[in-house]
Amino acid sequence: MTTSPLLEFTDLTKRFGGVTALDAFSMHLDRGEILGLIGPNGSGKTTSFNLLTGIYPATAGTIRFDGQEITNASPRQVYEAGIVRTFQRSRLCLELSIYDNIMIGDTSRLSQGLWANLVKRNSFRAEFDASFQKARDLVATFSGHLADRMFEPVGTLPMIERRRIEICRALVSAPRLLLLDEPSAGMTHDETDQLMRDILDVRARGNGLSIIIVEHEMGVIERITDRCVVLSYGRKIADGTYAEVASDAEVQNAYLGVD
Amino acid sequence: MTDIVMSPPVRRAGWIPGIATVAAVALYGWAILSAEEDWQVLGLLALAVIATVIGMVSGFGRSVQASWAAHESKLNGAALIGIVAVIAALSTQHFPLLMLSTMLLYFTASLGMNIQFGYTGMVNFAGAAFFGAGAYTAAVMGNVAWFPPLLTLVLGGVVSMALSLVLVFPIVRTTGHYAAVVTIAFGVLFKTFLEVNEILGGPQGLMVSSMRLLGWDFMDSPQIGGMKLSFYVNYALLCTALAALVFIAVRRLERSWLGLHMDAVRLDETAAACFGISVKKTKILAFLSGNMILGIAGALYGMMISFIAPSSFTFSDSLLMVSMVLLGGMGSPWGGALAAAIVILLPEKLQFLQEYRFLLFSVLVILVLLFRPDGLLPRQIRNYFPGARSRQ
Repeated sequence: MTTSPLLEFTDLTKRFGGVTALDAFSMHLDRGEILGLIGPNGSGKTTSFNLLTGIYPATAGTIRFDGQEITNASPRQVYEAGIVRTFQRSRLCLELSIYDNIMIGDTSRLSQGLWANLVKRNSFRAEFDASFQKARDLVATFSGHLADRMFEPVGTLPMIERRRIEICRALVSAPRLLLLDEPSAGMTHDETDQLMRDILDVRARGNGLSIIIVEHEMGVIERITDRCVVLSYGRKIADGTYAEVASDAEVQNAYLGVD
Repeated sequence: MTDIVMSPPVRRAGWIPGIATVAAVALYGWAILSAEEDWQVLGLLALAVIATVIGMVSGFGRSVQASWAAHESKLNGAALIGIVAVIAALSTQHFPLLMLSTMLLYFTASLGMNIQFGYTGMVNFAGAAFFGAGAYTAAVMGNVAWFPPLLTLVLGGVVSMALSLVLVFPIVRTTGHYAAVVTIAFGVLFKTFLEVNEILGGPQGLMVSSMRLLGWDFMDSPQIGGMKLSFYVNYALLCTALAALVFIAVRRLERSWLGLHMDAVRLDETAAACFGISVKKTKILAFLSGNMILGIAGALYGMMISFIAPSSFTFSDSLLMVSMVLLGGMGSPWGGALAAAIVILLPEKLQFLQEYRFLLFSVLVILVLLFRPDGLLPRQIRNYFPGARSRQ
């Protein structure tokens, strides 16, 4: 058993021109932990996701995942290391079917060669059958009635179902770290509640999944996180359990302003 | 007792609507290709419009769709037989056969453009240049007596692919409009190069020697039972075979993980990259394979019309190819077939309207974009193994 953290940021910094979006941000994530990343708008939460997943290069600092340095790795390398994410604005392919969208998440297991895809249709068929079963089972755990609608376009689904499909797409490759960027955005209170139950379900199923969640809905953060990290203007201002950070004076100032 | 309602067993759609459509389209194709009088052409065009409207209102269109989804391979086979039947019916007439063959080659070209534009979202405004690259390859290789002409077709594809290899690097480094501008520049460059290059005939162009297959020269007219057929029968059949082969390949590509990745790259590059899809590799594959198809079609086109010049491969020809994809429906192979037919037939059959026919064509494109933005035959949701869906 290693006790080193799964993920570690050291002095991670990102500047866009003169704006410092993330300023020497250091934090760690333990194995199997659910970490809430919170802070007011523009405090650098999504930016840290974008640095971590290789969408932007970091200006300075390092990111280590499971002992390996992955600072400035390409999105593809990050995915192959076992880190997947959902997006703040849903980024499903609306005109593709539920099945297609989920399969986009499983690239690492599907044949990529021309020969395997075009000529060896029998082995492609076997791959299709296996992955269809897997995708269907995954969808069924979140939303039973969608399991029979795998070939319907995602664009016809309501917001909560789209989020679920997005989470299925992220989970289908059996990742080690799941990044959720505002999963409750655009959803009603009840829908958010359902979604949180789903996420706890996923973790309860074991397989040691760790989660970082960016969220504005404090009820959600309180309910599901083990620990919270609070960002304000790109700097970390608090790190602890929800109860600890909620009572922190600096955090209250960041959210409510100082007189 | 129980309020569970038993749903009736799902019935698979029958094949009759599909077969009926194939037969009707084949008959119509024969009629309009052989129509010579203006009133015949106008009558047939009116008939097409009326039949389409009735088909859409009565729901027959949907049953054709269901029929096709349930019996796809059989109906594709029927469509192939339909084309051969039209060729047989027109077998003594030069001009209709030439038109049909041109349509089939443009259909093939539209399949190539579809991989690039329809699936991967890369607009290629140099389609005519890659088509032309194939045709010029055929012209040059025609002088090499020992080289088998069938391999020349392949070589046309390879040359076109080699040219795209030069172009693909600036294209994968740019996105959207910028990539489109790169292709426009290439198309113009290609035509200008041909015009100033003396070895390739300059503005006067080059003769292309005909197709020969197993010692059979395609310029010879086949004789069946004392009846002399048009030599274009040879080309029409070969064009059909080429279109069918490319159709199968493109269909398989679409219904594979590679086709899925192309869609993912078109719809959201960032999300695609976050799930391990190599955006660059996918774009290179789409661009090269699409242009290879254009090159092969171009080589056969050159052999068939036996004379090519730079003026046959202009920017407006490239635009025509792009508009075929839009008109038929992005990513819809059969849409490309319909669009190719319209693009070739309308200007040819409406000669009596003189230059107004191009106006008519433009109006048609605008109407389609306004009222059917997904094209005449919009793409269906990806069905990896049609006919086998009931297992779910």
